[in-house]
Amino acid sequence: MADSASSLERLAAEAAGNVSAAANPHGLDGERYTAVNAEKNRSLYISRVKIYPKLVGGTFRRLKWVIMALTLTIYYVTPWLRWDRGAGLPDQAVLLDFPSRRFYFFFLEIWPQEFYYITGLLILASLTLFLVTSLAGRVWCGYTCPQTVWTDLFIHVERFFEGDRSARIRLDRSPWSAGKLARKAAKHLVWILIALATGGAWVFYFADAPTLAVELARFDAPPIAYISIAIFASTTYLLGGLAREQVCIYMCPWPRIQGAMFDEESLLVSYKEDRGEQRGPHKKGTSWEGRGDCIDCGQCVAVCPMGIDIRDGMQLECIQCALCIDACDAIMDRVERPRGLIAYDTLRNQERRQAGEPQRLNLLRPRTLVYMAALAIVGLIMLVALINRSTLELNVLHDRNPLFVTLADGSIRNGYELKIVNKEHAERVFRIDVEGLEGAVLSRPALAGEEGSTVVVGVDTLRMARFFVILPAGRLDGLRDGEGMLTFVATDLATGQKVERESSFRGPVK
Amino acid sequence: MSDSPKNEVDDVTGVETTGHEWDGIRELDNPMPKWWLYTFYACIIWSFAYWIVMPAWPYLSTEGWTYTKGVIGYDQREVVARELGAVAEGRADEMQQIATLALEDTAADATLMEVSLAAGKAAFGDNCAPCHGSGAQGSWGFPNLNDDVWLWGGTLGDIHYTLTHGIRWEADDNTRQNVMMAYGRDGVLTRREIADVAEFVLALSGRADDAEAATRGAEIFGEQCVTCHGADGQGNRELGAPNLTDAVWLYGGERASIIESVSNGRSGVMPAWGGRLDAGTINALTLYVHSLGGGE
Ligand code: SF4
Ligand code: SF4
Repeated sequence: MADSASSLERLAAEAAGNVSAAANPHGLDGERYTAVNAEKNRSLYISRVKIYPKLVGGTFRRLKWVIMALTLTIYYVTPWLRWDRGAGLPDQAVLLDFPSRRFYFFFLEIWPQEFYYITGLLILASLTLFLVTSLAGRVWCGYTCPQTVWTDLFIHVERFFEGDRSARIRLDRSPWSAGKLARKAAKHLVWILIALATGGAWVFYFADAPTLAVELARFDAPPIAYISIAIFASTTYLLGGLAREQVCIYMCPWPRIQGAMFDEESLLVSYKEDRGEQRGPHKKGTSWEGRGDCIDCGQCVAVCPMGIDIRDGMQLECIQCALCIDACDAIMDRVERPRGLIAYDTLRNQERRQAGEPQRLNLLRPRTLVYMAALAIVGLIMLVALINRSTLELNVLHDRNPLFVTLADGSIRNGYELKIVNKEHAERVFRIDVEGLEGAVLSRPALAGEEGSTVVVGVDTLRMARFFVILPAGRLDGLRDGEGMLTFVATDLATGQKVERESSFRGPVK
Repeated sequence: MSDSPKNEVDDVTGVETTGHEWDGIRELDNPMPKWWLYTFYACIIWSFAYWIVMPAWPYLSTEGWTYTKGVIGYDQREVVARELGAVAEGRADEMQQIATLALEDTAADATLMEVSLAAGKAAFGDNCAPCHGSGAQGSWGFPNLNDDVWLWGGTLGDIHYTLTHGIRWEADDNTRQNVMMAYGRDGVLTRREIADVAEFVLALSGRADDAEAATRGAEIFGEQCVTCHGADGQGNRELGAPNLTDAVWLYGGERASIIESVSNGRSGVMPAWGGRLDAGTINALTLYVHSLGGGE
């Protein structure tokens, strides 16, 4: 098995060759461009061989720039967006407020008992992921996964200080010098700064961002803020800067799972073997007759951040970043062959082409239809739940110990704990009544502080209030087997809005 | 497990096996992932560090079994003591006020009342629940504190006095004191007379069967019982004498129980908590018991 020194040599030769590969197609050896992570090169016993992805230009690279800018902006800017919720409530648009058990998301405000909204959102997200994966493969991995975005960013920083692929290979092979040290140090410094900024932005989602920023700068923020920043900064540095493709290949479960979502009609980044083979170097001006379009220039290998060769077919390591498409399209332009030797392609189309049938895309197939239907159903349920979300809740807990109390005059008293949830951003006053049990009288414990049956519930809070219901001795025959039902009604005195909750009334079993 | 020769190579993967076979299943001798291996080594080092830093190994010393205490001296008992101390310290201000303010003033302050009810509930669970029950629901011979029936009064002051001095608690000079005599056992009344009195007591709550016996009983009641229970049987809170006309019976209200009470007397005891709980806790307990529904 190749040790790392000789694979470095091979990579260097390849890098040197790449510069003029198209113009000077020397070397007939098919093994010349060997991807470090190709199956035949990757024994379980060898150490990781460093990958030096080459910069490539093209449609997909541009798309990736845009997506990187977009996702990073969303990540860093979101905590700073403001959203006015009225006095006494946080004005941060997106805030996970653990101390007061609230999750604020723009117009939405989620209480712990409404966590199913989050569950619903997660289900929607995973169904979308399934659908997209079955349509066009690992779009998530290739474009939007934080691991991909941050690794991409870190590779660009590396490129900025150490140059492109061949320069980096040369630098790594050269002996240590002041210049090398300076380049490496600068790279790691910028990495660490990015990592700190990443961890730093994370904590702003959990507290008022402007306040926390000032506290952080003054070193009097809560320790957990610093600990979180340290953890996130070190994992960012480690995963994005050092581990890179190993996260996708060895740590992430998704590559293993997503195989269940692909089928032969999924659009995947593929090398069109039928068109590319027989591959081989091509001299300008010579005929394309009797050979494939692949000139074996190795550009697709050189740009691959995962260190694989797309021409080996579908591989677990491929994150479908499409950079090899850009690389090959550029080569095809230069040798004046049509683009798309590497392209989003389906297995079925490959077969169809080989059988001489016309190609076609089959986007609506049972698999995608099922995902779409599931998405629609869950989305609809969420929408209905959201529209019917009530800003007022009443819960009644019947005392269990004692279940009932016999009073001096023989009447029976039950105790209840009422919980009134006011999710509105204004104080509300409620009148409590009991209905449904003939003769039942509502009262409150002495010294409760509040008179009569009105309960004031503050802004966006839960209020507990104790009530007694007394059933006079003469009315006890209203109970069956010592039990009767009654309904508590809370009426908003200002708006007349009512909320009801049924509970039981217990008495002695006659 | 068969002992097949080592270094056998698996046909499918081309990887050496460990040489063991279980029911035809062989194990490939692939390397362990490095991150896993290093984590494993790190855990081993960590465990040594842990033995040194934290309490770990038991050993026999001259004073018997003990254990290595660890260099940072971590002790869970201390942690509990410290946390309890912190709770007490956290509400020291409020408890101080609860201890010194008049009960009515504490009740008027929402925050103090909240602390009182919480502290009172905790103290009730620790000290009172064994007799009165965890819900203060009482049981035979132990009053239900939720109802509106009070032997010795249900105002804040009454409850506070009872809590402080107890009932028939000899060690406290100011304890609430009174005795229900054992009319039968002490030979004051005959069995027949006792039955008549019981009939009259039943009549007080409209449950007598024998009007004649009840009339005879009324006469005896007039001679023996009125001093404490009053002419109309309404009882007397000064003396802790129960109201015999209501629906609540501490020792049972049916005929047999009444006869038993009159024959052998009833003298329930409650300890005085004055010396045992601090002033703040007794005040908190008073407010808690008062809040259960019977407070006057
Ligand atoms: S597939 Fe394209 S980029 Fe890759 S070696 Fe062939 S011609 Fe070059
Ligand atoms: S093979 Fe192509 S699409 Fe796959 S990871 Fe490499 S460059 Fe990206």
